[in-house]
Amino acid sequence: MIRKYALKRLLVAIPSLLIATVIVFSLSRLIPGDVVVLMMEENQYAQDIEEMRAKLGLDRPIHVQYLDWMSRAVRGDFGRSLYTGRPVLAELLRRLPVSLELGAVAVVFAIVVGVPIGVVSAVRQDTARDYASRSAAILGLSMPGFWLGTLVVVLPAIYFGWSPSIEFRRFEDDPWGHIVQFLIPGCLLGIASAASIMRLTRTQLLEVLRMDYVRTAWSKGLVERRIVLKHCLKNALIPVVTVLGIQVAQILSGTVIFESIFGLPGMGRFLFDAISERDYPIIQGINLVVVTTVVAVNLTVDMVYAYLDPRIRY
Amino acid sequence: MAHITESMERMAPGPLAAAPPRPGAMRRALAAAWQFARRKPLGALGAVIIALLLLTAGFADWIAPYSYDEQIRGARLRPPGRDFLFGTDNVSRDIFSRVVYGARVTVTVSFVTVFLANLMAAIVGITSGYFRGRYDIVVQRVVDAWQSFPFLVIILSLLAVLGPGMVNVIVSLSVLAAAAASRVIRGATLAVVENPYVEAARAIGCGHVRIMVRHVLPNVTATIIVLATIGLGGIILAESALSFLGYGVPPPHPSWGSMLSGSGRTYMYLAPWMAIWPGVAISLVVFAFNMLGDALRDVLDPRVRGTGRQGRDA
Repeated sequence: MIRKYALKRLLVAIPSLLIATVIVFSLSRLIPGDVVVLMMEENQYAQDIEEMRAKLGLDRPIHVQYLDWMSRAVRGDFGRSLYTGRPVLAELLRRLPVSLELGAVAVVFAIVVGVPIGVVSAVRQDTARDYASRSAAILGLSMPGFWLGTLVVVLPAIYFGWSPSIEFRRFEDDPWGHIVQFLIPGCLLGIASAASIMRLTRTQLLEVLRMDYVRTAWSKGLVERRIVLKHCLKNALIPVVTVLGIQVAQILSGTVIFESIFGLPGMGRFLFDAISERDYPIIQGINLVVVTTVVAVNLTVDMVYAYLDPRIRY
Repeated sequence: MAHITESMERMAPGPLAAAPPRPGAMRRALAAAWQFARRKPLGALGAVIIALLLLTAGFADWIAPYSYDEQIRGARLRPPGRDFLFGTDNVSRDIFSRVVYGARVTVTVSFVTVFLANLMAAIVGITSGYFRGRYDIVVQRVVDAWQSFPFLVIILSLLAVLGPGMVNVIVSLSVLAAAAASRVIRGATLAVVENPYVEAARAIGCGHVRIMVRHVLPNVTATIIVLATIGLGGIILAESALSFLGYGVPPPHPSWGSMLSGSGRTYMYLAPWMAIWPGVAISLVVFAFNMLGDALRDVLDPRVRGTGRQGRDA
């Protein structure tokens, strides 16, 4: 059964990914003509308009361009940066680990904070603690990350004369400092996800707590701790797994902002710089990597979900 | 993610009678509003904050003591006090006035974007859920593809290609928001078309357009209202993040996001009030929309529960 589900799920993922590649491919075709001229004159990317169009790959029939672009991309050739002339893929791979570390801190923070608060909130439904955590969660979803990031950099500097370093430390030079520098931006990045996870954990656990088998557990005389943690939480957390898949896309978005504020040389920062330099091959490369990652993560999450909960049929 | 949409599609909608205007309609509306406020005090609080936001945006010329770009002589970097409620910035502008005028940008961008997004989402979602078949499959794969992009990554890429400006920001934000919303509207439509009255309408010879506009649309309106309310908060966050990164609403219009970025950032260490008030404004307004959206969802459309928040970012 699960194999059939996996196959069906793949049949959905592949066309979506292909359409996404068409969107990424179309990006460079949407560049207005005057911008092409601007790229030539201001950024000095080419001698004349013909060369510029050739560099952007705009000089051939559109379907040929797409197939050519795709077949290169599949083989790992994402073209070269217009600005530096270096291969896009190599540059991407150099920056990817930084974003992954940042994202990992965010995901861990989101789970470690979101799940326990969600559990307490559900078990003590409609108490002061429940209202406080729910309001805090909505607040967490309402505060812009770039504002929190700015405050964390600015306020301690004024009142304590200390501020988080915005100078990147490489692992080889300073292993401890390298890890520590991700903690503050990572936790800030994870706040919104923690809030989503808390809310979902709460609603799911509330549903499970009302089930018959839980009443049976109560009447057997089990202690609350055991009922909640052993009998309920496992079932309640299954849907939370899928939300993690959605959070990955959000966290990837957040890296653009937090890497800029905290001076981390990751993919988000790379994208931001490429955009201000109109370096379209890099922009396309990043979009391609990111969209493939998201599709792959969601595919994996759905598989894991089907495995954890055999009732799910597509 | 697939299973969530799936389970939503299966659930039947509650009947929602379209109320014809009758004498005393005003009184009944007020009574309903009062009942809503008693049942959902936090939602009502959100509604009050939103009303204040709309009034501020509408009467900015009367409320703000100064113009948003007026440089007041001899009042550079003044702390908040009697003369300047929120203090002044590094070019001697009154921050309170800029926050007040910023409400205009926020209201304009978010309401226009959400209107366009939900219009597109309703067209795509209702036709997709009504016709089903191949059309539905193709449309859903395109929606999947759009949803696979981390929002900030694809939006920045689109703006890099289209160029900055308020119109481009609104268009790209609404396309992305529409993809997410259309999924939910399609789910609601799938449930509505199962009802006997749709079959009856078909039996008496109603055309497709008539069925969709007169019979399906009124019954998914509750869903659309909830989506729009929660969507407004998300769009405000998105716009402010874009403005913070320098790709949002261009100066001289004071956007809350852009007030936190740019040349002012270096002065925030001297004048922390520059960093605080615009962020407070964003958080408060988004908080209000989230509260109202949650309350409306509980009252109008319990089916949208637990589907996660779309467009939420950074």
